[in-house]
Formats: sequence, C-alpha cells, structure tokens
Amino acid sequence: MSFGPTTFISAAGSTPVLVIVIPLLAAMLAPIVSRIHRSVGWYLATTATFIAFLLSLSLLYTVIDGGTVSYRMGSWAPPMGIEYVVSYFNGFVLAVIAFISFIITLYGKKSVEQEIPEQKIPFFYSAYLLFIAGIMGIVITGDIFNLYVFVEITALSGYALIAMGKDRKALMASYNYLILGTIGATFLVLGIGYLYIATGTLNMNDLMQRLPEIYDSTTVITAFAFIMVGLCLKLALFPLHIWLPNVYTYSPSIVSALMAATSTKVMAFVLLRIMFTVFTPEFVLEVVPVTKILIVMSCVAIIMGSLIALGQTNIKRMLAYSSIGQIGYITLGAAIATETAMTGSLIHILNHALMKGMLFMVVGAVVYKTGIVNIKDMEGLGKRMPWTMAAFTIGAMSMIGFPFTVGFISKWYLATGAIGAGMWYLVPVLLVSSIMTAFYFWRVVESVYFKGRSARIDTLKSPHHSDEAPFGMVVTTLFLAGLCIYFGLWASGPVEVAKNAAAFLLGS
Amino acid sequence: MSEHIVIKRVSNFIIPFIQLFSLYVIAHGDISPGGGFQGGVIFGASIILYVIAFGMKDGRTRISEILTDFMNSIGVLLFAGIGLACVIMGGAYLEYTKLAGSAGEGHGSHAEHALHLAGHLGIYGIEIGIGIVVASVMITIFFETANTQDDD
Amino acid sequence: MIEIILGKYNYWIYIALMMIGFYAMIAKENLVKKILGMNIFQTGVILLYVSISKVSGGTVPIIWDKGGPYDNPLPHVLMLTAIVVSVSTTAVALALIVRIYKSYGTIEDDQIVVINSHDGDKEIPSEKASTII
Repeated sequence: MSFGPTTFISAAGSTPVLVIVIPLLAAMLAPIVSRIHRSVGWYLATTATFIAFLLSLSLLYTVIDGGTVSYRMGSWAPPMGIEYVVSYFNGFVLAVIAFISFIITLYGKKSVEQEIPEQKIPFFYSAYLLFIAGIMGIVITGDIFNLYVFVEITALSGYALIAMGKDRKALMASYNYLILGTIGATFLVLGIGYLYIATGTLNMNDLMQRLPEIYDSTTVITAFAFIMVGLCLKLALFPLHIWLPNVYTYSPSIVSALMAATSTKVMAFVLLRIMFTVFTPEFVLEVVPVTKILIVMSCVAIIMGSLIALGQTNIKRMLAYSSIGQIGYITLGAAIATETAMTGSLIHILNHALMKGMLFMVVGAVVYKTGIVNIKDMEGLGKRMPWTMAAFTIGAMSMIGFPFTVGFISKWYLATGAIGAGMWYLVPVLLVSSIMTAFYFWRVVESVYFKGRSARIDTLKSPHHSDEAPFGMVVTTLFLAGLCIYFGLWASGPVEVAKNAAAFLLGS
Repeated sequence: MSEHIVIKRVSNFIIPFIQLFSLYVIAHGDISPGGGFQGGVIFGASIILYVIAFGMKDGRTRISEILTDFMNSIGVLLFAGIGLACVIMGGAYLEYTKLAGSAGEGHGSHAEHALHLAGHLGIYGIEIGIGIVVASVMITIFFETANTQDDD
Repeated sequence: MIEIILGKYNYWIYIALMMIGFYAMIAKENLVKKILGMNIFQTGVILLYVSISKVSGGTVPIIWDKGGPYDNPLPHVLMLTAIVVSVSTTAVALALIVRIYKSYGTIEDDQIVVINSHDGDKEIPSEKASTII
C-alpha cells in the first residue's frame, strides 16, 4: 500500500466522521500529553477545534455545491448501518458550532488557567473536547439512536465541566442538571423506542418515509410526545428551564460561554430536525397540532425569560434568563412554520450563538480581571475595561434587536414571518420582549458607563487606570462583536444559507 | 482489615481466574456473546475485589493512578485509531476489511481469507480497546468514590 | 379488560418501574435516593426495549446450527449502550455526591438549599484574580 494523493482524497470523503473523531482523539490525548507539559492541553484543544472548523467549512461548501452528503459508518448501508448526513440545514449549524467553539477555545486559555486548579486542567480540556465532539455528533448524525448517545456524551461531559466551577453551588447546579437532563434524555430514548416499535427502523430518512402511513397510530403520537417533552427539557423551554440559570451562573466562565453558545442551540436544532425531517410539516401542523402549543409556550418563554432577567442582580444569571427568552425566539420561528419565520429561527441559532457566546466571554473577562459578577459592582467599569465593555455594548444592542446588528435580522425575519402567516398578534410579543431586553441591558450599560466607580472597583489595584483583560481575550471578544455588526450589515450570506435550509426543512 | 485471612486467601486464589475469564470473554466477543464491555467489567471487578480484600493503599500500589489515567485514554485511542486506520486505507470509518490492504484486492480464496482475517482482527482491536477503557474506568470510579481523604 | 392487563404485562411493569423511579427522583430529598430512583427509571426503559425484542418461539440470536426464529437482537444492542450511559451517569452522579458531601457536609437536598441561601452570591475573591496576571 502507499500513502499517495489518493489517501488524502479518500480521507477527504470521510470528512463527516473526522469532524467528530478529531476532537475525540484530542480529548483522549489531552490527559496523556499534558504529562509532558502542563499547557499542552490548550494547544491541543485549539488545534483540534480549528481543524474541526476547517473540516466543517469544507463540508458546508461541499453541500452548497453538490447537495446532501451521506456517510456510511463502516460502509454499512443505511437503514441498517449508522449514517451521517450533512444537508444544507445541519451543515450550516455544524459550521456555526465549530466556529464558536474554536473562538471560545482561543479565548479561554488564561480564564481556564485562573479558574481551574492546575492539576485538573488536562481533564478539563479532555471533557471540554468531548463536549464539542458530542455536540458535533448530535448535529451530524442521521441515526436517531446515535443522536441519543451523542446527547448523553454531551450531557455527561457537560456535568463534569459545570462541576469544575469555583463556587460549591456549581456542584448542586451540576447535580440538578444531571437529574433533569437524565429525565429528558430518558424520555427521548423512550420516544425513540416507541418509534422503533412502530416502524422497525432507527434511520431518520427511513423513519420519515415509513411514518406517514401510521400517523394516526397512538404509538407514534406517544413517541412524538415523549420526544418533544424530553427535548424541551434539554433545551430549557420556559416551564422546564429550572436547571439552566444555576448552570450558567456557577460554571467556569468558558464553560458558560460554550454552553450558552452551543448546547441549547443544538438541542433547539434537534427539535427542528425531529419535527420537520423525522416527522413531516404535515404531522406537526395538522395531525398533532403541536405547533399551536409550541407558539404559546414560546411566547410565554420569551416574555417570562425577559421578565425574570429584569430582576436579576448577578450578571451571569441575568444572561441565563435572557437565554431562556431567546430560546423562545428559536422555537417560535419553528412553530410558525413558514419559510420566512423558519429562516428567522435558523438565523437566530447563529446570531444568538454569536451574541450570547460573546456576552458570556465579556463576563468571563470581567471575572478574570476583577472577580465582579454583580451588576451593581460593575459601576465605572467602562473606564477600566473600555474594549471589553464596548463589546458588551454591541452585544447588548444586538440582543435588543437594534438595526445594523445581527439581532435585528433575526427579529425582522421572525416578525415578517409571523405577519405573513397571519399571526400579527405575535408581533407585540416580540416588541414587548425587545423593550424588556432593552431595560435589563440598559441597566448594565448605565452602571458601566454613567455611574461613578463602585466601592468594589476601588478595592482593586490602581483603581483609576484602565486595566484591560489579556490580549487574547479582548481580541476574540471584539472579533465576535465585529461579526455581530458585520452579519447585521451584510446578512445576505447566512440568510441565503438559512433560507435554503428552511426550504429544505419545510420540504418545498 | 488485616485479620480477614479467609477473604485474602480466597481472593488471591480467585482473582487470576476472574481475569482469565475476562480475557476469554473479550477474545470471544466478535462471534459470540461477550466482548470488550463485558470482559472489561469483569476485569475491573477483579481489581475491585482485590482492593476490597487488601485495602486501598495496597490496591493503588498495584494499579497506580497514572496507569488508570493512561489506560482510559489508550483504550479510546486504540478504538479511534483503528477507525482512522480504516479511513487512511481508503475505506469508511471502522470498515475493518480495508485493513487487509492490497492483499484483500481481487478475487479468489486468498483475498477472501485476507478480508476475513482483517475483519476479525479489526474487531479484536476494538474489543481490546473497549475492554481496557471499561476496566480502567471501573477501577477509577471505584477508587474515586471510595476515596475518603480530603484531597479533592 | 383482563387481556389489556395480562396480555400487555410487560408494558405495565415498565410503566410501574418508571413511575417509581420518577417519583424518587422528584420527591426524595436524599441525593443518593434520587440516584437510586434514576437507576430504576432508566431500568424501566431498558425493560421496555428488551421486552419488545421477543419473538414468540424465538431463541437466542446467535447463528447456530439449528436455525429457526431468533429474537430481535437490535434492541439488546441498543440497551447495551443505554446501560453504559446509565452506568456513566450514575458514576458521575456519585462522584458529584461525594464532592457535595465534602463541601456541604450533608447530602440532604433541603439542608443544602438552606446552606446555599445563607451563602448568598459569593464571588470569586479578587485578590487571586489580580495576582495571576
């Protein structure tokens, strides 16, 4: 045998699996290689996520050029074997996830060194990379049981990551997430079991073809109900959100950023995928009118998330409740189920990953330099950390939906989609939530820029001078902030992809 | 725990057999019930039995923390590495028969034999990898949860 | 009526097990009891999968000389994975409980809530924050 150019061509055909295997390999190498030198873990994580990002980009281009890519594990033909599918829809999400995790890894070096005990850093990166591998797997797999396995891989590494938070409350946050997450995942696997009973297959494409004949069977409807409840628990839709605020508040900064940017987004993606590509739009709109319930639940989530965020004093907790509201936007667009609204929903997956990831990175930088997490203590921080706070302001404007930012684009598509579907009464919900978002972010911006120094900042070294976070943190944060504006001004690229993905989902 | 002479003697006698049986289960995993997971659990259980009989300290001198950490990683690396080897040989991930390389090309009993062998050896490698991971993870979990000292 | 109860007894058993586990996970204060509940909960689902794989008159799904109907092996394989997941979740949960016990001195949920409410929103000490740079 020879390692000629053909080796690389054939390996290029395996991109869908390499996207997962490379973070996995790096995750397992991290504890071994770190014995040679302590800081190797970070380099390994950065390299692995960067390679995964490049591979996911190449996959996205392949999909845009040549349509859906299907990969057979071990060359076993689907529906028997496990199939990895990359379509317009998940290729887009995959690239977003890979990109965000790369940026957050790049950002996190100093933050991890400060917040994680030194001897645990190799294992931290191991769990971190495993988490990313799991998330990539969720996005890319075409087999519904494999999906469950990846959900659990992500969740298990997530529990470990959360528990590494400094505060002992992180332990309880992790434990409660474990209990609720397991309930969610078990409901998911129960639903999958019912689908298997009804159809005898686990491949998503195969399920989509076999299910329509038996849509009126109670088995299928039960399966759907279990899967929906399980996923809604995992993605923290409003009444099932109670695990989320503590998790985001007490986990290490980089983990908060990663989880806020990827994990709930990916679960929302799975919800969309199961609603529209395992079941069909016909099923969710007509046979079981779940979209109507989902619209109501999303509206409640949007309003309640913003309302509770108004009352928070801890900035991480405020962002967490804001996330709960934003998840409502994603599910709302999916529930309206027109092409425009769906585009808004999908583009919001990207936008919210950008914005919320960035905001948590800002908070991470503030915690790194000052240890402040209370909004009141942040007074006067605008002079001390000008660049970081500038990024925060851009993020806040984006969250509100200010024109020329990404937040505006997704809200625009959602609102026009709602009007187009004749659901004009949803527009006030979006508007009210935007106003509330403006209120709770304004509170922070006001105390950062327009108040004197807080007593807390006076206790730090040289309180009068600006004391910016390390270069790597500031640059990555500002880069994401720049993207928030860039994709707000020149949105055509992602919108085009999201439109195609929406059309693909709705089967038109 | 030093006075439990019966437990120690019986454990000493029984542990080699348990370990031998675990290897048997791993080795027969490709064509009959058994395999890496079950074999690994049995192997891990034998070590746990040893620790229960002889105490944590003695157990850690036999199976050090570094060793279990390495085993955790190496098992998965073996698994993923075999998968990657299949990719490099021009097949799909975990397509073991491609491991035969050029010997598996063409027709005839020779090529068929090579493919058959490659398939079996591929699965053996995977089973051994899983066995290593499962055994070491069981041992690690046992040590970590049984550890009552305050060293975090 | 009696057919529904006896003819589908496997479903009744799994539902009963799931409910017992679910109750324990939600209602028990002791963290270890919650984990016991979680195990019962997951075992319920495993039982469902295994029971649906039975083919009447089927034998062990190993290709053997005599042939004949085999039970469906796929759910068994799936549940092997689910068992691994269940074991790992239990392991993580127990490790967490050990650490919770070390830092709180109790594993009763209600007591921990009380302790947490006394803690307030503790922050990361800033002196450490500014020394490492």
